[in-house]
Amino acid sequence: MAILIDAQTRLLVQGLTGREGTFHARQAADYGTTVVGGVTPGKGGTTHDGFPVFNTVESAVRATGADASVLFVPPSVAADAVMEAADAGVALIVCITEGIPTLDMMRALAFLEGRPSRLIGPNCPGLISPGRAKAGIIPGHICREGRVGIVSKSGTLTYEAIHQLTRLGLGQTTCLGIGGDPLIGTSFIDALELFEADDETEAVVLIGEIGGTAEEDAAAFIRASVRKPVVGFIAGQTAPPGRRMGHAGAIISGGKGTASEKMAALSGAGVTVVNSPSEIGAAVAERLRSESGAGVAAGTHSGI
Amino acid sequence: MKIHEYQAKALLTRYGVATPRGEPVFSAEAAAEAAARLGADRVVVKAQIHAGGRGKGGGVKLADDPAAAARIAGEMIGMTLVTAQTGPAGRVVSRVLIEEGLDIATELYLGLLIDRAEQKPLFMASAAGGMDIEQVAADTPELIHKVHIDPGLGLAAFQARGLAEAIGLTGGPARKAAALMQRVYAAFLAIDASMIEINPLVVTGAGDVLALDAKVTLDDNASFRHVDLADLRDLAEEEPLETEASKHELNYIRLDGTIGCMVNGAGLAMATMDIIKLAGGEPANFLDVGGGASAEQIKSAFQILLSDTKVKAVLINIFGGILRCDILAEGVIAAVKELGVDVPVVIRMEGTNVDEGKRMLARSGLNFSTADSMGEAADVVVGLAAVA
Repeated sequence: MAILIDAQTRLLVQGLTGREGTFHARQAADYGTTVVGGVTPGKGGTTHDGFPVFNTVESAVRATGADASVLFVPPSVAADAVMEAADAGVALIVCITEGIPTLDMMRALAFLEGRPSRLIGPNCPGLISPGRAKAGIIPGHICREGRVGIVSKSGTLTYEAIHQLTRLGLGQTTCLGIGGDPLIGTSFIDALELFEADDETEAVVLIGEIGGTAEEDAAAFIRASVRKPVVGFIAGQTAPPGRRMGHAGAIISGGKGTASEKMAALSGAGVTVVNSPSEIGAAVAERLRSESGAGVAAGTHSGI
Repeated sequence: MKIHEYQAKALLTRYGVATPRGEPVFSAEAAAEAAARLGADRVVVKAQIHAGGRGKGGGVKLADDPAAAARIAGEMIGMTLVTAQTGPAGRVVSRVLIEEGLDIATELYLGLLIDRAEQKPLFMASAAGGMDIEQVAADTPELIHKVHIDPGLGLAAFQARGLAEAIGLTGGPARKAAALMQRVYAAFLAIDASMIEINPLVVTGAGDVLALDAKVTLDDNASFRHVDLADLRDLAEEEPLETEASKHELNYIRLDGTIGCMVNGAGLAMATMDIIKLAGGEPANFLDVGGGASAEQIKSAFQILLSDTKVKAVLINIFGGILRCDILAEGVIAAVKELGVDVPVVIRMEGTNVDEGKRMLARSGLNFSTADSMGEAADVVVGLAAVA
């Protein structure tokens, strides 16, 4: 099993007819994902690149049985689109959009509370279960099926980690970007819980960055509830305080949210924390080697 | 976006928050006129810069008459004000706020922001006003009272009353402070603030409650629906290269090192800075060209990087997902040819169309160093910067 998406996932694309939506719907379908259609208000009843287009998520779900939706909609309407998907009962909502006003997300998250939908993101690359399905923008060709789970606040830094693992012959169960905004739907803890419960996942890579306390919270959760080996990296060790480093959430304020605090918290919870981003792959190989007992090569774990 | 104190107060006033009477001025003469118009026994001259700690730095002074206000304003305007928050370079003062002096009985603290962990607005109040609130939070956290706000309900009257009582107010001032808190929350929502801080909130001898200082930060992501607030931006408070970068939708932050970095994605950009430091170098900047940069944006990015004369070598680290490596190579080659780059450039790229990108770089006849991994790229660029 992978987590969250697999070969059975029926994916809808909100914002299908836009530039990004068009490109990534095609990429997902070519990767083998079952893309059942798209939603663009006002264009319902047409087809776009062979996919049926609907005016509302509700009508799309009724017609296609979609259970997941990936959003490529403009930031000004993205929070509304998230709520629409949740209202239509979509189980997994993946919001790629960057630049959503924080107060919009606050209201959307309040709307999601008590509803069964899970939101990934926003401002994230989405997720991929290699060899099965993808929802988002993670390039399929750098991934490989295997036993390592990845959860990350970043996009391209996640690709970097995937690439290192794949080069070492270490495939992945699911790679998940949770997003770099201050308010997000799925946390590190949610992802860790899923990976811990997933039979196929043997190790987890956690990539955090400065700002907030999500990494510290994850460390406390790992200490209490994660038995699988975890390798961590925190981006922004050299970032100056008070400056927003690209991601809206990546800011050290009031002396809080520094990389060193996060690294110490994770180390204290038994996570192998690497100082350099180029050591992520090797550290995973090392942890898997020592977990599996004396002298078994890391390659054994990727034997798919 | 940060805004000045006088702008923050004007915004809050629109939502019914009481603030002292005052006006911003750009010259000594205008300061005298403003002081005369206020007709107060005493006025306060406050330097307007985007940084706190102004009082200790000499940026807040009292004047007993318009002539004194003019003299003080004349000294402040044009001066470089160094405070705990400006860094050693300080900030040049271009405008001051002339405000009526008040008979202050009590100084309190109010703060409002989004609590990321709770995913709700958090209102904070403290009786320890007028002090460095971060110090208060570190030393005596029990002096800061907090309530989370239900996004659907807003700041309930009982919550505001509770905060007013917690910070020691009773009677009229308690009622006025509670009403003021609800107005601050209304302003927070209406202007899409990411933070509002009132330090100090004061109670006067007559029992009035006013925001004596105000710091407001606006959510840049919401600027599209606040066209009227765009004018509040003060470009003089920003690093010119950062302003230039924002015009090209590039995310650039200037730092003090010698190695210019160009990266796609904020996380990878931070990680690239980190690995440069680990290799013994110092990054000159953070620069995220974004997920889908065009060849034109790559050129602009190069131009901005090289405008920083401290840069001795450049590291380009791109993991092509949406951004294809051949587009990157095209942009880099065009920029180097057109701009006549004379510092060494190290390129590490990976991902979509990487082979085509590498072929284009090799065919260009230009002097690039390439690297296959982040670690190798960092070692190479730090070595080149050291001998440059």
